[in-house]
Amino acid sequence: MKIDNSLPLEYSTEENRLKVLGFWIFLGAEIMLFATLFATYFTLFDRTAGGPTGAEIFEITPVLIETILLLTSSFTIGLGIHAMRLGNKKAMLSFFAITLLLGAGFLGFEIFEFVTYVHEGAGLQTSAFTSILLTTLGTHGAHVTLGLFWGLFIILQVKKRGLTPETANKSFIFSLYWHFLDVVWIFIFSFIYLKGMM
Amino acid sequence: MKIKWALLTIVFTVITVLTGCEPLMVLDPKGPQAETQANDIMLSIGIMSFIVIVVFALLAFVLIKYRASKQSKDYEPPHMEGNVIVEAICVGIPVLIVAFLSFVSVQSNYKVEATPKGYEDKEPLVIYASSSNWKWHFSYPEEGIETVNYLNIPTDRPLEFKLYSYGPITSFWIPQLGGQKYAMSDMVNTLHLGADVPGEFMGRNANFSGKGFAENTFDVEAMPEAEFDEWVEEVKETAEPVTEEKFDELLEPGHLGRMTFTGTHLEFNPPPTGHNHGSSDSDEHSEDEHTEHQESSDSDEKETEHNNH
Amino acid sequence: MDYFDRFAIPHPSPVIYASMVAIGITVLAIIAGLTYFKKWGYLWREWLTTVDHKRIGIMYLISALLMLFRGGVDAIMLRAQLSVPENKLLDAQHYNEIFSTHGVVMILFMAMPFIIALMNFVVPLQIGARDVAFPRLNALSFWLFFMGAMLFNISFVVGGSPDAGWTSYFPLAGNEFSESVGTNYYMIAIQIAGIGTLMTGINFMTTILRMRAPGMTLMKMPMFTWSSLITNLIIVFAFPVLTVTLAMGTMDRLFGTNFFTTDNGGMDMLWANLFWVWGHPEVYILILPAFGIYSEVISTFARRNLYGYKSMVASMVAISFLSFLVWAHHFFTMGQGALTNSIFSITTMAIAVPTGVKIFNWLLTLWKGKIVITTPMLYSLLFIPLFTLGGVTGVMLGMSAADYQYHNTMFLVAHFHMVIIPGVIFAMLAGLTYYWPKMFGFMLNERIGKWAAWLIAIGTLVAFMPMFFSGLDGQARRMYTYSESTGFGIYNMISFIGALVLAVGFVLIVYNIYYSTRYASRDISSDPWDARSLEWATHTPVPEYNFAILPQVNSTEALWDAKKKGHVLFKGEYEKIHMPNNSGVPFIMGCIFFAWGFSFVFGMWIPLILTTIGIFACMALRSFEKDHGRYISVEEIEETETKLRGAN
Repeated sequence: MKIDNSLPLEYSTEENRLKVLGFWIFLGAEIMLFATLFATYFTLFDRTAGGPTGAEIFEITPVLIETILLLTSSFTIGLGIHAMRLGNKKAMLSFFAITLLLGAGFLGFEIFEFVTYVHEGAGLQTSAFTSILLTTLGTHGAHVTLGLFWGLFIILQVKKRGLTPETANKSFIFSLYWHFLDVVWIFIFSFIYLKGMM
Repeated sequence: MKIKWALLTIVFTVITVLTGCEPLMVLDPKGPQAETQANDIMLSIGIMSFIVIVVFALLAFVLIKYRASKQSKDYEPPHMEGNVIVEAICVGIPVLIVAFLSFVSVQSNYKVEATPKGYEDKEPLVIYASSSNWKWHFSYPEEGIETVNYLNIPTDRPLEFKLYSYGPITSFWIPQLGGQKYAMSDMVNTLHLGADVPGEFMGRNANFSGKGFAENTFDVEAMPEAEFDEWVEEVKETAEPVTEEKFDELLEPGHLGRMTFTGTHLEFNPPPTGHNHGSSDSDEHSEDEHTEHQESSDSDEKETEHNNH
Repeated sequence: MDYFDRFAIPHPSPVIYASMVAIGITVLAIIAGLTYFKKWGYLWREWLTTVDHKRIGIMYLISALLMLFRGGVDAIMLRAQLSVPENKLLDAQHYNEIFSTHGVVMILFMAMPFIIALMNFVVPLQIGARDVAFPRLNALSFWLFFMGAMLFNISFVVGGSPDAGWTSYFPLAGNEFSESVGTNYYMIAIQIAGIGTLMTGINFMTTILRMRAPGMTLMKMPMFTWSSLITNLIIVFAFPVLTVTLAMGTMDRLFGTNFFTTDNGGMDMLWANLFWVWGHPEVYILILPAFGIYSEVISTFARRNLYGYKSMVASMVAISFLSFLVWAHHFFTMGQGALTNSIFSITTMAIAVPTGVKIFNWLLTLWKGKIVITTPMLYSLLFIPLFTLGGVTGVMLGMSAADYQYHNTMFLVAHFHMVIIPGVIFAMLAGLTYYWPKMFGFMLNERIGKWAAWLIAIGTLVAFMPMFFSGLDGQARRMYTYSESTGFGIYNMISFIGALVLAVGFVLIVYNIYYSTRYASRDISSDPWDARSLEWATHTPVPEYNFAILPQVNSTEALWDAKKKGHVLFKGEYEKIHMPNNSGVPFIMGCIFFAWGFSFVFGMWIPLILTTIGIFACMALRSFEKDHGRYISVEEIEETETKLRGAN
């Protein structure tokens, strides 16, 4: 395998460059996926069929906490990648671990939020609005859940195998994924929660 | 090769014979809307035939002239990149044709979505046409009568159909009076038609709606206004009233023959509240909250151009 | 017993029982054959675990041909039922299931794999690469497609086929009106295959963007590669919409959500909109690679470079962009009002312009050429007039006011068959014949091939031209029967005859494969058609590494330059070549996906959870796996090259 040392580790082999580009294209597809969900949400958001509306069920506190947790995790994974570029494996692993903990915290709050919704009579089957709301949030939540496992696997691999072009590449791609989830959340926060509460 | 050409000849003979048969229903209009559409169709067939002939001729020309068997052995075809002028012509002519057709198409769109031309000064007859598996219910609210699977209409009077469905999406279509429109369960679509001459026409649901779809047809009879009024009076005198239980029974899946009632189901089973932009006088619906959202049912960023109220 | 009732077919008939027996016998025969000839190991090592793009391409091709016959049999049954008025051959429910299956199979499980087959085989060769960017992902794509297709195909013997049309409009496709599990099959089988296609899109975009031979800039790519790039771009942007749409449809049917229901706020038109936001670009996903094939074939057999390369590329870009802006023309009659209809009418007709440009460019490529009519060229030359007929009727359908009369009629059916068959199927058959020698090392018989081409072309005309007339005479599509007084009988009889002619054509193709496999000469050169691009610059059969030395490219027609202008393609010495390892995981994952889909269709939640865990376990395994591939040594390369050079 040819390793080009003038480039960062995650870009250093041709295979790594292919993977990064491929992942960007995958994120393009993910954008379309969430765009479709958002478009459906905007179409259906006032079709509550007598069930609860967004303004009735959204609560700012848990949503704000979730937002802060996820935004911070996006920052810490950025620090993790920075540490990786400096070759500081220990710092990188710590930042990755913090990221995952924050992500798990986010997920905890989201599950709590879902349980509250269902208790308030806003279940998946209540109306078109609740169906698309829970599906959109759930799709994002499922992405985060997948990310937690993925991140954990990467931590284990970096720990065992050290910072090689391969593990660096995986970590970098994972960070792209995590940032992407953060961006999606910003849209969810602004256009679902804030708009819904107003 | 001879057999192939013989087969080709047969194909074209058959096609020519077919076109010679009695007029096709869509091209034999009996109302102003159908006439607009038939004219558009004939116009586009004309223009498209021209394009087809040009392409066929060009293809025949190059095939005859540039076959390898007709050329000397050492002929080397030239290397040619594109030529701006040639390609500009290839773009320009289609653009002109499409622009012309777009112009015609836009004009016709507004025509078929409005009260038929020449009928504007007459009071429209409003008929609620609703479908259920696999029947059509026609309610005449002003006359206070209702029919199943047949439709009587006066000639020379604009007809305003309000379409909706109890169940799957269906499409209300009377080819000789005009094109079809969907009937859906959560909103009312408006279709403007008119009949110029008395006669019997075929009407059907054109949109696949399950097992009984093929037989989901209705008879249309257009008659002079006086005759129509007579028929209404007769129905009022002889028919049974439509009750809620009776109507629920009618909604059960299955096929029914022709039926006639006094009163309409609109009183106890009102049509859905949503409206769509089917009406020319859409202002009257613009206060309707639902309209916007029903319309923006697309899923892309391009919604803006769709949400034109 | 109640539990097992759901696996029974709700609406059985002798034909279905006969099919069950036939399927059973075929499966047993295959298992027995493999065991008797001791081919299990070969099958596993060389095919099921392969990550080689050429073999994956061939597997796609075989699946596509199988599905072509499945869909074709459906088509014959449909045409037979309609051939005379009041026919009793099929009842309404069967007819509905068959036309729904016919549509899905032909579009998603025949045309899609056919184009992906050619892309897989040709694109890496054409850009001078050794494989695709992610070979293992490519294998997974194939197995997901294959398992999705199989899942869909067992529906008619286990639980019932979908019966709401290939578009599966809600509320007709909802639980209330479509009670059997058929529509569940539709949702989940297409979902699985769709995920595979999405990954193909990502894979090929990366491949084409990053793995081209030295010197091959974007504007020096052969036209088929260009068309593949654009197609995969459309796949990446359109398929996620389908993913979401199908997921919502599945949830409506299995979890009681209210996306498309008629009460609780659901919106039935939303399905139609979302479906066609994917569905219209899908049409161009099919047709653009076909255009690519025609460009290659026409330029090869006109013995000329492709005329107007730049405008060909520009028109494809324009088509891909416009394809996302026309979806509402599938339901002009939904009542969006004159303004919306006008906008979509104009964008729809606008697509005719770039398409027209392509037709004229092909005609100009033939101009001053030296036209040799081989079978692939014959398909291409028949394509131009037939597709023009189909294409201009598309412009007619684009006029929205007139569309009120065409919509849902046989006119529409005639139109899309007249574009898809000459446009896509002819291209695939041309591509099949054209690339056959590269794939298998012998040519298909030209005489039989030309007979088949003529029969298919004539069959297409005879089968579909009458539909234009019956449509204008008021025959709605998807009617399982009609009365004699309608006068549709004559048109449908002619259509049926045409369908039979088509069937004979396709059977001839199979006979040709059989005949040529037995009798054709194996002594062919690596470039039997005297072609112009890189896929013909390597040996036949193609070694697993494609090119011993990566080619140097200086123009769109690198091989032609090498042949005529003394351009040197292969410079330098052999070096060891890095190749990916085979892997059984994609196949196993495909099998788990099949079980997952089957559990989902029948709402068997415990197996569903177990298989879901299985899928994620495969992904976790992949994450931890250390697989650095393997190297082919210089000695091995020298040996292979000497052997292959001798073979030619």
